[in-house]
Amino acid sequence: MTGLALLIPLALMMGFFGLIGFFWALRSGQFEDLDGAANRILIEDEAEEEA
Amino acid sequence: MATRALPDVAASCETVLVVPGMHCAGCMGKVERALQAVPQVVSARVNLSARQVRVAHDAAVTTPQLVDALSAVGFPSQPRGDDMAPPPSAVKPLLAPVAVAAFACMNVMLLSVGIWSGADGATRELFHWLSALIGVPAIVYSGMPFFRSAWSVLRRGRTNMDVPISIGVTLATTLSFYETLTNGHDAWFDGTLMLLLFLLAGRALDAMMRDRARAGVDALLRQAAPGAMVVGKDGALEWLAARDLLPGMLIRVAAGERLAADGEVVAGESRFDQSLLTGESLPVFVAQGGAVHAGTLNLDAPVDVRVTAAGQDTSLAEIARLMDAAGQARSAYVRIADRASRFYAPAVHLTALLTFAGWMIHGAGLHQSLVVAIAVLIITCPCALGLAVPVAQVVASGALMRKGIMVKDGSALERMSRIDRALLDKTGTLTMGKPTPDAAVIAALPADAAAVALALASHSRHPISRALAEALAARGVRAAPLADVVEEAGQGVRALWQGRAVALRRPEAATGVATTLDIAGMATWLIPFADRLRPDAETALARMAGMGIACSILSGDNDRAVAEMARATGLEARAAASPLEKQAAIAQQQAQGRRVLMAGDGLNDGPALAAADASIAPGTASDVGRQAADFVFLGDSLAALPRAVAASRATMAVVKQNFVMAIGYNVLAVPLAIAGYVTPLLAAVAMSTSSLIVIANSLRLVRAAR
Repeated sequence: MTGLALLIPLALMMGFFGLIGFFWALRSGQFEDLDGAANRILIEDEAEEEA
Repeated sequence: MATRALPDVAASCETVLVVPGMHCAGCMGKVERALQAVPQVVSARVNLSARQVRVAHDAAVTTPQLVDALSAVGFPSQPRGDDMAPPPSAVKPLLAPVAVAAFACMNVMLLSVGIWSGADGATRELFHWLSALIGVPAIVYSGMPFFRSAWSVLRRGRTNMDVPISIGVTLATTLSFYETLTNGHDAWFDGTLMLLLFLLAGRALDAMMRDRARAGVDALLRQAAPGAMVVGKDGALEWLAARDLLPGMLIRVAAGERLAADGEVVAGESRFDQSLLTGESLPVFVAQGGAVHAGTLNLDAPVDVRVTAAGQDTSLAEIARLMDAAGQARSAYVRIADRASRFYAPAVHLTALLTFAGWMIHGAGLHQSLVVAIAVLIITCPCALGLAVPVAQVVASGALMRKGIMVKDGSALERMSRIDRALLDKTGTLTMGKPTPDAAVIAALPADAAAVALALASHSRHPISRALAEALAARGVRAAPLADVVEEAGQGVRALWQGRAVALRRPEAATGVATTLDIAGMATWLIPFADRLRPDAETALARMAGMGIACSILSGDNDRAVAEMARATGLEARAAASPLEKQAAIAQQQAQGRRVLMAGDGLNDGPALAAADASIAPGTASDVGRQAADFVFLGDSLAALPRAVAASRATMAVVKQNFVMAIGYNVLAVPLAIAGYVTPLLAAVAMSTSSLIVIANSLRLVRAAR
């Protein structure tokens, strides 16, 4: 049973981090353009000059 | 993101361009690369959902330069006006509550599994406390959309689906918290959170559908920012938006441009296509001193027009006023979910109340009676009911969208499914709404002549030339090389081809619309133009008739043109109807108990589109038409009409099946709950099973749009 004392907070903490991650993604506008994000991986980069 | 960080360029300005033509990754790449190739552009990022690109650039770069850069790679674009910023998304405020409910639901469920499998004593107490710690704040936060909506209708003395939800959720949470405090046996945090999660998911789906359709329609609306080139006193030209035009201004209207205001021609003469305004298909000749109206298309030559009325005083604004008054039939419509909840909510509360009273009378304690009554509330909470409508409608509208039909909202599908009468506008709806060259003549043109015609036509922006170029290009004709091309406004295009004079010009004498192809040393060709029926019009109308929908034509065009189309389609027809008469014709049908579908595109159809029970407009329609219609179909085929009706009917059939299933589950579960046999475990299982069945049933609509 002592395992629970460690595992339950650990599990909750991990879930909570996931939730915080989602909120961060929401705030930083990553859900603004879902169609664009889906298509962006198909853009060919050969003409791109990255500084 | 593709960004160039050049040290010598500072991004001091930001411009948002609307690019309606972007569809895929290829387009995105081209647009971003084309803009970044412009010197002093720092970054360009496409938002594909909104069909916009945001450009950060140095102040030295002007907007026309950016527009030119895009048009060079084949994408027409416009700077976004302030009033064209996308409206706030309906989905976004729901995403955070969904995430919180999902997080809390999963964690509490995990703890509940421990309790169900026999955790006892101090462990159970600990688990309940942990559940309450996660559950109560999560329920308060993610339940807010329901509490707010329930409160706003209750204040007005009405009720909706959110009222029983809010009452159920609040009572269940309070009781569970009390149980936790008193070290009781059962807590219902898991079931309550699951309920919220499913309901929020249904609501988010509903909002997503509206957002998606609106994005599509907005992209179309942004294409045509109405405005005019104003000639200043010193001869300077300036582009002004339609709302900034004032009476007395002089505007220059190019051939192929639509008028933004009513006015009087002061220089030049031309023919005007009024089909969008009145439905009349024959162009009207207007000479100096003649009156022209906003919304008509200048066909032949550039003219200068003195604005006599702008904004609120134009014939356009008159139509807008009619439309405002016309939407009553539609706003009186009550959505099926709300109709269901009118019966459902009182039934649920009454059952719970009677259960409570029954157990009290039978001598159970207050606490036990309350526990059983709340179990009844949780079991009957319309979990599957909350999903029954949105899931089906989202799946169906997705299927329709893949076929090029955009649905404005869920209530449009509901209203469309009940249609038993259809009135169709002629010009632009039943027909293509633009002149197309006679197919027989085009086919008979010799190869050289066709190549010359295409080359000449491609040099002009005149609607007739563009239609000819389109038709020839579609036949695989390649343009012949020309020299010394000259376009004379109102006359045609002249050039040299292999040293011979060639011309595409206005015919000396012709009835209707036509053009003449002259090639020195060859016979002269007269190419007549006419507005043609949309492809598949006959099969589409036959399918409508097969579905029991009587169709007829309701047009503003002259008798002769309408009679011709009536003969071609075999439909009953009414000609020369004004916007007001069109609206009255619909009201008359509605008075006879028919549910009317209006299909139209023009400004003159606006009031009728708004008054009908459901309405559909082609993507080529006027702004007014597209805004007033419930459905907008892209592409030329009229098959979209029966397809939209069939898909709506299939959707309503599935929604009704979903209701039967959701209520059937209640019929089984409620007696158990009343008898006091329902445990949190049973509630969780029953709730998720019924929701999954409803979702699975709705997914059958993926192929609804055939």
